Amino acid sequence: MYDLTIIGGGVIGGSILRNLSRYDLKICLLEKEDDVCMGQSKANSGIVHAGFDAAVGSLKAKFNVLGNEMMPDFAKELGVKYVNNGSLVVAFSFEEMKTLEELRERGIKNGVKGLEILDREELVNKEPNISDEAVGALFAPTGGIVCPYELTIAAIGNAMDNGAVLITNFDVCKIDGEFGNFTVYSQDGQKVETKAVINCAGLGGQKIAELVGDDYIKLGGRKGEYILLDRESGDFVSHTLFFTPTAKGKGILVSQTVDKNIILGPTAEEVSDGDTSTSADGLNSVIEKANKMCKNVPLYNTITSFAGVRAYSDRHDFIIEESKNKKGVIHCVGIESPGLTSAPAIAKYVTENLVDKLFDLREKKDFNPIRKPDYFFKNLSDDEKNEIIKTSPEYGHIICRCEQITEGEIIRAVKENPPAKNIDAVKRRTRAGMGRCQGGFCQPQVAEIIAETLGIPLTEVTKSGKGSNLVLERTK
Amino acid sequence: MMNYDIVVIGGGPAGLAAAISAYDSGAKNILILEREDKLGGILNQCIHNGFGLTRFKESLSGPEYAYRFIEEVKNRDIDVFLNTTVISLSKDKKVTAINSENGVFTVKAKAIILAMGCRERSRGALNIAGSRPAGIYSAGTAQKYVNIKGYMPGKSVVILGSGDIGLIMARRMTLEGAKVHAVCEIMPYSSGLKRNIVQCLDDFGIPLYLNHTITKIEGKERVTAVEISEVDEKRKPIKGTEMRFECDTVLFSVGLIPENELTKNAGISLSNRTRGAIVSQNRETDVPGIFACGNVLHVHDLVDFVSEESELAGKSAADYVINGEKEHNSVNCINGKNISYVLPQKIDTDLEENVKVFFRVSGTFKNCTFKLSCGDKVIIERKKKIAVPGEMETLLITSDKLKEIDGDLTLSLEGA
Ligand SMILES: Cc1cc2nc3c(=O)[nH]c(=O)nc-3n(C[C@H](O)[C@H](O)[C@H](O)COP(=O)(O)OP(=O)(O)OC[C@H]3O[C@@H](n4cnc5c(N)ncnc54)[C@H](O)[C@@H]3O)c2cc1C
Ligand SMILES: Cc1cc2nc3c(=O)[nH]c(=O)nc-3n(C[C@H](O)[C@H](O)[C@H](O)COP(=O)(O)OP(=O)(O)OC[C@H]3O[C@@H](n4cnc5c(N)ncnc54)[C@H](O)[C@@H]3O)c2cc1C
Repeated sequence: MYDLTIIGGGVIGGSILRNLSRYDLKICLLEKEDDVCMGQSKANSGIVHAGFDAAVGSLKAKFNVLGNEMMPDFAKELGVKYVNNGSLVVAFSFEEMKTLEELRERGIKNGVKGLEILDREELVNKEPNISDEAVGALFAPTGGIVCPYELTIAAIGNAMDNGAVLITNFDVCKIDGEFGNFTVYSQDGQKVETKAVINCAGLGGQKIAELVGDDYIKLGGRKGEYILLDRESGDFVSHTLFFTPTAKGKGILVSQTVDKNIILGPTAEEVSDGDTSTSADGLNSVIEKANKMCKNVPLYNTITSFAGVRAYSDRHDFIIEESKNKKGVIHCVGIESPGLTSAPAIAKYVTENLVDKLFDLREKKDFNPIRKPDYFFKNLSDDEKNEIIKTSPEYGHIICRCEQITEGEIIRAVKENPPAKNIDAVKRRTRAGMGRCQGGFCQPQVAEIIAETLGIPLTEVTKSGKGSNLVLERTK
Repeated sequence: MMNYDIVVIGGGPAGLAAAISAYDSGAKNILILEREDKLGGILNQCIHNGFGLTRFKESLSGPEYAYRFIEEVKNRDIDVFLNTTVISLSKDKKVTAINSENGVFTVKAKAIILAMGCRERSRGALNIAGSRPAGIYSAGTAQKYVNIKGYMPGKSVVILGSGDIGLIMARRMTLEGAKVHAVCEIMPYSSGLKRNIVQCLDDFGIPLYLNHTITKIEGKERVTAVEISEVDEKRKPIKGTEMRFECDTVLFSVGLIPENELTKNAGISLSNRTRGAIVSQNRETDVPGIFACGNVLHVHDLVDFVSEESELAGKSAADYVINGEKEHNSVNCINGKNISYVLPQKIDTDLEENVKVFFRVSGTFKNCTFKLSCGDKVIIERKKKIAVPGEMETLLITSDKLKEIDGDLTLSLEGA
């Protein structure tokens, strides 16, 4: 019997799991996919928002500003890349400059520090490739970027290192019982017993709420499509560039990522399910808007395109509360942007204000907040690398040529918490296959290393879980 | 730090031929660094025949062709490090590499030959709409699964792009029992060799749809179907022309890109035409003592030309080591009308030898004329019955013609 069971292995579930692992509790995370971080948390912009955008007094505003402050330390403890690159909201007319004033006011009310209005010259100094049509910008020095999947995986990995349990391929379809004695069932007949449940199921959050009789939670999906450019163009911009929000919406952003790629997007399109296909219209609109924001966008360096689906609530704010009908159930849903930024603050609040009411929280003496990543191998000094290669020669064998990822790192990703069991899972942990050739050269080798490390035949290795097998059979 | 006269980066056909030729031209202290566990490069996965028709006057498989060069290397006192990846290269010719035995180490060379080959353009580079399930491969990745690993990536296939690797994989997958529904090509012509279209598609009844592209990929876990559409002159899909094929696999054969990360690393200038280094006729880059050859320089369709070019680079590197830096008295050689690129981009005019110019045309042309001119002066004119982008063309400038040159050269295709 677990004390708490979290449903959904995104950044919210992961951050809560990690925070709860500080305490003397038996905790478990259920995820329907073959790996964690398969929902919104893997396909978003990765921006640590400053917090001037959210309505004054909203949960979004509160957790955004707090989360923004917590993020540098949170990322550092977990060994995740975070860069405080600063954000710029760019105005293209004098009306838009007025909107920037409003944004600045709102930001100050939300508690955002250091907001500054820049004229064109100051803007061009910061971003030489900005469009000739840009007239000025709002500069938010506290804006940052983080790698969203690294963060989610690291939070869950650190929680597991501290005793939390992860069960993947567990698609929750039924919840029975009362506080102190729930049973959670999966689609394929597994079950987990737990005293309390936290619903962090992203787009699946409404369904989980309905399972405990909470039909007042209403969620919708809004798809966002992206284009990603090669690191070769990584210096094209250094800040995160937003359009000034208008009645028609927020437009797209142009930003560097922590791995020095350039990300363009997202679009916004209502969808009825979690389908993350890209569309020609969507990608064209990204291109069109990127070309409005900047001059000479290096689109010839495109390496991939993808999409994510935001799960928003009909309150247009986060829902972070106890169930109105069932004691022992906590909902953390409708967490659209700035949910990634807010994650550490939401985790703290849920623990100290909601879980605290249900359990007596006692800190563990041996909690270790530090997670040591080794996918920074290529950033070590030659001497440090040689030290490692001496005892583990697999680190001398480069598998992914574009990102220079070694066999040692891939084996470790397969073994380490949370274990990577497929090609995409290895990719999110190591970056093998994320470079300019997109796995063209290394995929067969990565597949072999997974097969060998897990002791399974190559035909059972998948791209992203059940049904996505890479090869079908042996040749004749 | 280790010291060598010449370090060759890459042990594919280019690196092998360059090392052999450098050795035979008098350089003796030579090292080849190769990332894979054997020499031969991409040829190891090209098990079909058709290699060496020009050079050996016989039809060899890729591994057979490579074997001849590997044996020649073995017969000479040339050092080879396998399983060794070069991770950086500096202008002062220090090569840093990594392997399991030596860890990270640096080699100082007097001359360097770049022979890293190329990589395939991926689906991602094309912004093709749809889902991102398993079953989408570059043709070369599929080739590796089938020919090297011995596994079938799929049974029901659509191929985008009519590059040679795609054409060869259409035949290979068919022979292995898969159904290849279609090859579609966005351009009005194929980028592959004529002989490959005949032998790999026509002989097996596989349809080639010119002026077509994939407009959508369907499937959640694994590919279930693709939609292809005809395109207009601007290469934009025409609504209403969609065709849908159920399939479990999509192969992309949409172009090769020279692998020039190390080249950039060393501050060598690249051509935005070839996406390889800018070189003189001796295959020297603009960093003296660093040479380049093979697919890292420009994408070749026939390995025979790779070998020829690499021998030239090897000889030049040996010359550099033995006789020191050469001064270049060069003019630029520029691609003019209907020509997509020219190589070498720089030609010395004070030579006593002939210079062979390689180039590609930018469309399909019949009864046309190649014209090499220097200002208003026409240096060479040659008629051509048919010219296509998929086949590399050559033009020979003899040493006496070189003497007529007193300014930059332009190569163009006229009468089209
Ligand atoms: C296009 C886009 C751009 C964004 N940009 C930013 C940004 O720049 N900055 C920012 O701060 N935020 C951004 N966000 C918001 C941020 O990504 C989300 O707020 C955050 O990822 C939400 O995390 P989550 O854990 O709630 O959801 P998810 O990551 O979706 O996790 C939910 C998990 O629950 C699992 N699950 C669902 N149903 C079940 C079930 N029945 N049983 C078991 N498991 C189940 C899913 O598989 C999934 O793994 C963006 C979002 C999108 C979509
Ligand atoms: C996937 C693919 C399939 C092909 N199939 C065919 C075909 O079927 N028929 C045909 O006629 N032509 C084919 N070609 C074209 C063929 O590649 C050329 O004719 C020829 O092999 C090019 O020789 P090369 O030596 O320049 O390059 P390669 O053969 O690619 O050799 C380059 C070598 O350099 C090594 N290398 C690269 N970077 C480093 C580094 N940093 N450190 C150490 N070593 C390094 C590589 O491992 C490789 O062994 C194919 C090309 C590709 C990419």
